[in-house]
Amino acid sequence: MNYLQYLKTETFPLFWCGGCGNGVVLGSLVRTFEALGYTKEDTVVVTGIGCWGKADDYLTTNAFHGTHGRALPFATGIKLANDALHVVVLMGDGDGVTIGGNHFIHAARRNIDLTAIVVNNYNYGMTGGQYSATTPENSVTSTSRYGHVEQEFDICRLAEAAGAPFVARTSSDDPLSLQRLMREGMTKKGFALIEVISPCPTNFGRSNGMRTPVEMLQWTKERSISFARAKEMPPAELEGRVIMGKMVDLVREDYYTKYLRVIQSAQAGKEGA
Amino acid sequence: MAGKTIFAMGNEAITEGALAAGARFYAGYPITPSSEIAELSSRRLPELGGIYIQMEDELASIAAIIGASAAGVKAYTATSGPGFSLMQENLGVAIMGEVPCVIINVMRSGPSTGLATKPAQGDVMQARWGTHGDHAIIALSPSSVQECYDFTILAFNLAEKYRTPVLLLSDEIVGHMREGYLPSEPSAAQLISRKEPQGDPAAYRLYDFSQEADGIAPLAKYGGKYVYRINGSGHDEIGAPTANPAVTDRFVRHLSEKIELNRAEIVQTRSFAMEDADIAIVSYGCSVRSGKAAMMAAREKGIRVGLLQLVTLWPFAEQEILELSRQVKGIVVPEMNLGQVRGEVQRLCPKDLPVIGVNRVDSLMITSAEILQAILEVGR
Ligand SMILES: Cc1ncc(C[n+]2csc(CCOP(=O)(O)OP(=O)(O)O)c2C)c(N)n1
Ligand code: SF4
Repeated sequence: MNYLQYLKTETFPLFWCGGCGNGVVLGSLVRTFEALGYTKEDTVVVTGIGCWGKADDYLTTNAFHGTHGRALPFATGIKLANDALHVVVLMGDGDGVTIGGNHFIHAARRNIDLTAIVVNNYNYGMTGGQYSATTPENSVTSTSRYGHVEQEFDICRLAEAAGAPFVARTSSDDPLSLQRLMREGMTKKGFALIEVISPCPTNFGRSNGMRTPVEMLQWTKERSISFARAKEMPPAELEGRVIMGKMVDLVREDYYTKYLRVIQSAQAGKEGA
Repeated sequence: MAGKTIFAMGNEAITEGALAAGARFYAGYPITPSSEIAELSSRRLPELGGIYIQMEDELASIAAIIGASAAGVKAYTATSGPGFSLMQENLGVAIMGEVPCVIINVMRSGPSTGLATKPAQGDVMQARWGTHGDHAIIALSPSSVQECYDFTILAFNLAEKYRTPVLLLSDEIVGHMREGYLPSEPSAAQLISRKEPQGDPAAYRLYDFSQEADGIAPLAKYGGKYVYRINGSGHDEIGAPTANPAVTDRFVRHLSEKIELNRAEIVQTRSFAMEDADIAIVSYGCSVRSGKAAMMAAREKGIRVGLLQLVTLWPFAEQEILELSRQVKGIVVPEMNLGQVRGEVQRLCPKDLPVIGVNRVDSLMITSAEILQAILEVGR
């Protein structure tokens, strides 16, 4: 299938603002579907609520659009009910790690075999740019006009600590690495997290003196550092930097594969460890 | 197993009922007094090749069963008040997305954490209106271990038929009580599964009920040849988002009408000694048991009392109550709350017909003596 066939082009133009990174991430997603030979029938895209959560408006695959923050538990049920499905979960930083933070760590810990793509634009784009759990300290949002006082989450470290076997971060201005990581993440058996740093010029950018998408991308570039280089640097020097690349890639048996042994034991009438 | 009486707890019978109905997926978060359902499900489901998963909370639990059902597996969860409160938002997803599933609430004393191990029947109105927005709901209430089994099967059948979540409102007394019950082991013909689409996959519209004689659109299973998009947001016939007022109006009304217009088929009551009764007890769940004892005691005194058991709490048995109100000179409504069902009964009765509540919220079961006293008051 050609990547365009995964898109409901008749619903274009996209709802997203000019300069928003979401379009690039969506483009990479459908190109990855094409590269992996996914079909509309065997793929379910589960979305949260937010600007990025509207991505399934434009997709021709199966989809499930539920509630803000709960995409991962919906996806957990879908995947466990039919392991043959490719389940891809699209969430914003609000969805994925703020209101949905608890589900995020537990889906990673359980190692549900799905791919979570969290678009991190450092704020709640959809509702007018309020701060989220990934809003950098001191930055200005529509609910932190005097500078944000909370320390932000590092989504990748959170996923790693929770046990995700595949963790990577890239930026929406690097679609080639995005597609490569999506491909690797989706072929990974187990919970794969891909965090995509993405500009929200309309809200986060405007509140923080970056009026154009270019300025936002520039800001991301300046803060970025590759995982390979970061490994060589003392933690103090990494303060305020955003590490890019694949950080975790392990073999870890996924939930369903393990549960098949539970079924075997139960059917053999064997209880206990 | 069929044909042999089993001595078991209500919660166990619920679990066996779910399995007999064909459920093969459970997601939940343990909470007293429902936990036996989780424990037994965790043992029994894998025996049948099904899946048990303990989620991080009840928001996730109901989300997981909705996901599993969207993928084609009959799914259920069980909880009690605090967990039921957490489920309200995603209950709306099952309603709006029209995804069948069964949610068991073994009611306990509230509000809040309340008395965690003690019974109550305080979630009747929450069951009706707990999730936001206009909608209808189906809720059943068992009063015995046998009914736990039977009504759970009925709950799945109604959920699949009407493409809707169905609530089973049990309570701590019924849940933990042990009685003999007969597992009927329903045949395939007695079990309802969702209507699946037929024909050209390109023409499948998962929310289009306009072509259906029963008013319920067919629901496919992810992974087959039909591609579809479940949507909890305002959507059109294919699940695409829309804010079009006419479409919104059509779908919001549909969510109520698909249940309200089928009341005659959904609503069930059970009558006991109503033929000659001039006083009626209207009750449900554990309070039916005290009600029956009071009815017997009254009959011994020569008072003609009957009992109408509400099997379905929602949709409310309006027709049955209307008829009842023409027959009797008074109605007594015992329930372990401050009158949630009494208000519904009252609203259907003429103003001058006494409708007396017998209510307890102290976690103690209503006694037959208390009900009898109310009967005597009406009879006076
Ligand atoms: C339970 C609930 N609370 C609040 C909202 C309102 N809301 C909708 S989207 C959103 C934030 C979206 O931010 P994010 O997930 O980061 O996605 P973005 O819009 O930035 O892509 C909020 C707060 C909601 N829909 N549901
Ligand atoms: S508000 Fe921000 S995140 Fe939302 S579409 Fe606009 S730029 Fe993108």
